[in-house]
Amino acid sequence: MSNLIEGRTGPWEVVIGLETHAQIVSEAKLFSGAATAFGAEPNTQVSTVDAAFPGMLPVINRHCVEQAVKTGLGLNARINLVSVFDRKNYFYADLPAGYQISQYKSPVVGKGEIELDMPDGETRRIGITRLHLEQDAGKSLHDQHPTMTYVDLNRAGVALMEIVSEPDIRSAEEAGVYVRKLRSILRYLGTCDGNMEEGSLRCDCNVSVRRPGGALGTRAEIKNVNSVRFVMQAIEYETRRQIAILEDGGSIVQETRLYDSHRGETRSMRSKENDFDYRYFPDPDLLPLELDAAWVESLKRDLPELPDAKKARLVADYGLSPYDADVLVAEKSHADYFEAVARGRDAKLAANWVTGDLFGALNKIGAAIETSPVSAAALGDLLDLIQDNTISGRIAKDVFAAMLETGKSAGTIVAERGLRQVTDAGPIEAAIDTVLAGNADKVAEYRAGKDKLYGFFVGQVMKETGGKANPALLNDLLRKKLAG
Amino acid sequence: MSALTRLTLVEARDGLRARQFSARELTAAHLDAMAAARSLNAFVTETPEHALAQAAASDARLARGEGGALDGVPLAIKDLFCTKDILTTACSRILDGFIPPYESTVTAKLWDAGAVMLGKTSLDEFAMGSSNATSCYGPVENPWRRRGDNRPLVPGGSSGGSAAAVAARLALGATGTDTGGSIRQPASFCGVVGMKPTYGRCSRWGVIAFASSLDHPGPITRTVRDAALMLQTMAGHDPKDATSAPISVPDFAASLTGDIRGLRIGIPQEYRVDGMPHEIEALWRRGVEWIRDAGAEPVEISLPMTKYALATYYIIAPAEASSNLARYDGVRFGLRVPGDSLDAMYENTRAAGFGAEVKRRILIGTYVLSAGYYDAYYVRAQKIRTLIARDFQEAFTRCDAILTPTTPSPAFALGEKQDDPITMYLNDVFTVPADLAGLPAISVPAGLSDDGLPLGLHVIGRAFDEETMFRVAGAIESAAAFTAEPQR
Amino acid sequence: MALDKTIVARIATLARIKVPDRDLESLAGELTQIMTWIEQLNEVDVTDVEPMTSVVHQTMPMRADKVTDGGDRDAILKNAPQAARGFFAVPKVVE
Repeated sequence: MSNLIEGRTGPWEVVIGLETHAQIVSEAKLFSGAATAFGAEPNTQVSTVDAAFPGMLPVINRHCVEQAVKTGLGLNARINLVSVFDRKNYFYADLPAGYQISQYKSPVVGKGEIELDMPDGETRRIGITRLHLEQDAGKSLHDQHPTMTYVDLNRAGVALMEIVSEPDIRSAEEAGVYVRKLRSILRYLGTCDGNMEEGSLRCDCNVSVRRPGGALGTRAEIKNVNSVRFVMQAIEYETRRQIAILEDGGSIVQETRLYDSHRGETRSMRSKENDFDYRYFPDPDLLPLELDAAWVESLKRDLPELPDAKKARLVADYGLSPYDADVLVAEKSHADYFEAVARGRDAKLAANWVTGDLFGALNKIGAAIETSPVSAAALGDLLDLIQDNTISGRIAKDVFAAMLETGKSAGTIVAERGLRQVTDAGPIEAAIDTVLAGNADKVAEYRAGKDKLYGFFVGQVMKETGGKANPALLNDLLRKKLAG
Repeated sequence: MSALTRLTLVEARDGLRARQFSARELTAAHLDAMAAARSLNAFVTETPEHALAQAAASDARLARGEGGALDGVPLAIKDLFCTKDILTTACSRILDGFIPPYESTVTAKLWDAGAVMLGKTSLDEFAMGSSNATSCYGPVENPWRRRGDNRPLVPGGSSGGSAAAVAARLALGATGTDTGGSIRQPASFCGVVGMKPTYGRCSRWGVIAFASSLDHPGPITRTVRDAALMLQTMAGHDPKDATSAPISVPDFAASLTGDIRGLRIGIPQEYRVDGMPHEIEALWRRGVEWIRDAGAEPVEISLPMTKYALATYYIIAPAEASSNLARYDGVRFGLRVPGDSLDAMYENTRAAGFGAEVKRRILIGTYVLSAGYYDAYYVRAQKIRTLIARDFQEAFTRCDAILTPTTPSPAFALGEKQDDPITMYLNDVFTVPADLAGLPAISVPAGLSDDGLPLGLHVIGRAFDEETMFRVAGAIESAAAFTAEPQR
Repeated sequence: MALDKTIVARIATLARIKVPDRDLESLAGELTQIMTWIEQLNEVDVTDVEPMTSVVHQTMPMRADKVTDGGDRDAILKNAPQAARGFFAVPKVVE
């Protein structure tokens, strides 16, 4: 599939690299004992270490290191047993020390790879250049006062993993799939909750364009994009912007830009031109981080099953289509729910009900699967009633709706409302007789060749039986009776 | 001067335990001495009420026979150590009004042992200097004067206030920090004992950082035994400092057996610099004779990288400082000078808040870390630092401690050595290598210059072998029998 | 290495220290003096020598993942030259 963009003067190829900042799931911050929970009152989760008071020193949080290593393993990446923390020096209101503790030349994780399952069925491999640990900055609020910026340091010092992709991405769509896949892996591992609205996951998009087969163009960096949709929109806009400039004979300025989602455009960020010199040097308050190889091995052994492996297993063990498997593994909780329903039952039936009816219902009421009114066990019970012919598929949908509303079990609802499927020929035959007797003209037309009327008879018989006729038996008997 | 201020720290500690006098009396005597010696300008902040309250608590404990290691002992604290709820300034305008909500680990240990805080002493701004003349509170006067000369002399730096206070008997001991020589050099200039332990022995948590890989908290006292006792309490692993050594603290005072027989004492040939004043050289030779008389064996050693140590220091220290001092920006504490933008506020605040020497070092540090220069300067300096450390490792296979002079001259007058920054830097030429290698080192007052000013001898020990260093220092102290006292 | 006024002005901006124009010249002179003196380090043969990463030879200590700090906003804001509604206040930044 071609990702080339036809411009006025010929085809263009867009080259995209994404730097993703993922907040690590941990109780305390990377180098201090302050809390990390989102949404606290300003400056109530700030240690004097985070606020860079005189004489304060960093001490690293073991769990954050573990989370970074697990993430590296989940990205099939090389774990560097020795890595170094460097200071990245620059001045900004939300950076109390005037430097960020990060990793520059020797990151804890090296090269890795992510596989993307594209909507057209193709598989794309996107390289990961590296993953390193660093501190998050505080938050600056510019809209609280006419002449002052307000600074909240709650987020200052929270552990981040910066995950850098190779510039292997070739379209906005691919970028979207990449972010979704990365997010999924992080959530599976439990190392980042991937909550983009809360800022747990943010993307910097490096975008450049070139002639196919040509040299890399100058790139612009779009910083801090906080939703998958915006990532794709920002890249689309930036691509068009750069192509327009180049086709008019201009050149691209290497700069940092912001995505304005209201206007749907990227804008150049002011200042910071002089400050690309971060004067990185190893942080003298910290020692090199040395990891025990045996410990890394044990983390590898204990990794949970990741999306790709789970997808392959669902296809193999449950006979699901790759598409269905894809939908289910996007969230581990969805896949777990599915397996709880599908175990010992018809997998395809389970897949349809989970991805169709259940997801549809949850979307409508805005619930997550963790708070689903219908548990996996309850849904399984419903499917059992379909599979043993107690109710028809059609009735099951009504039962499901009632389960959502009342929280009662399928069995209870079927009993209470007398929805058991009619599987005795007798009552169905009787209903057929009633319908045919009352529609003699149509019977004649049908027998004369108007096949389309068959559906009418089915509908009427179903109505006559209160919807409870077993469809297969109904068809069987109806055909016989119509045949005369 | 009260008899109580003429005691050594150990004598006072013992006297308190024996209830020969009270902690209150001892503290009051020192407070009086401080008031009488204000012209020295050694103290930035005096804390008499706090001191008397601590002394009263000490007396209560001593009465119950529950005195801590330093109970009732009045000390002065260099104003680089954060002291909870008490003004802490690093003698810089940029920390105007800063009241830390926390106590440094080292001073917390001193208070837990029952010591009493007399006040915070002056220092060169942010510990950058060798004369205490860059303190924003004005220069400190050395209690010593040249014979027949009335000009005020510098106490050395950066821990000039602490050294002057101990020399003038305003405190029984004081804390200092040593990054390029800032404990030992002023100790030598003021005729007192000053030592820095191995890097990592004393926690840096709560000590305002100058150069992280070079800062060493340590004691300044009037005797070697006093220093050993103070270090005993100050030292110890701190989980809040990742560079703190996870190593147990031996009984330092127990090492002062006076017996140095059989020890090999290295005499580094490279410390014989051109133009070294004859009195320094003579003192050094006397030192060699003393240790020989005491049964130790002087051994010629070579530390080839010595002459590069100072320049190496003046890349690494400013580089680390330029980053450590970035937090002084007018946002969260200290001085703020308004500006019409955030950057303007930063620039105005830091221009007004930092003195000239600090600015120079921040600029040098920023420069040597900047793109294009990092490898040529900073990385190269760190490689040379490895070579300097190697020199010592090599030397310590052939000797157990090293003996050198502490400073290339006695105390100089205020205003002298100001021609250019480098002349001032050269004060640290003998002390700097031990900071770069992180080795324990001590200055002991050993003689007088022709002008009647104190001169120190300097002993460097193996890493974490303060005991041998103390033992040799003790022997020199005995042999030197330095009893001269300052005029003020 | 000679530092001229332009270089000094650039470093001063990186370091966020305002240096009045009239002082740039003399400051450049002082810094040049220091840097020239430092040039002597070029004499040293550092082939195959590793830069010292730390005087300390130990493995990096790590802390447990527990909340042991923070939660005292007053202590954090107490020394602030300007604070408002629980925030630090600084001149507005336009992005």
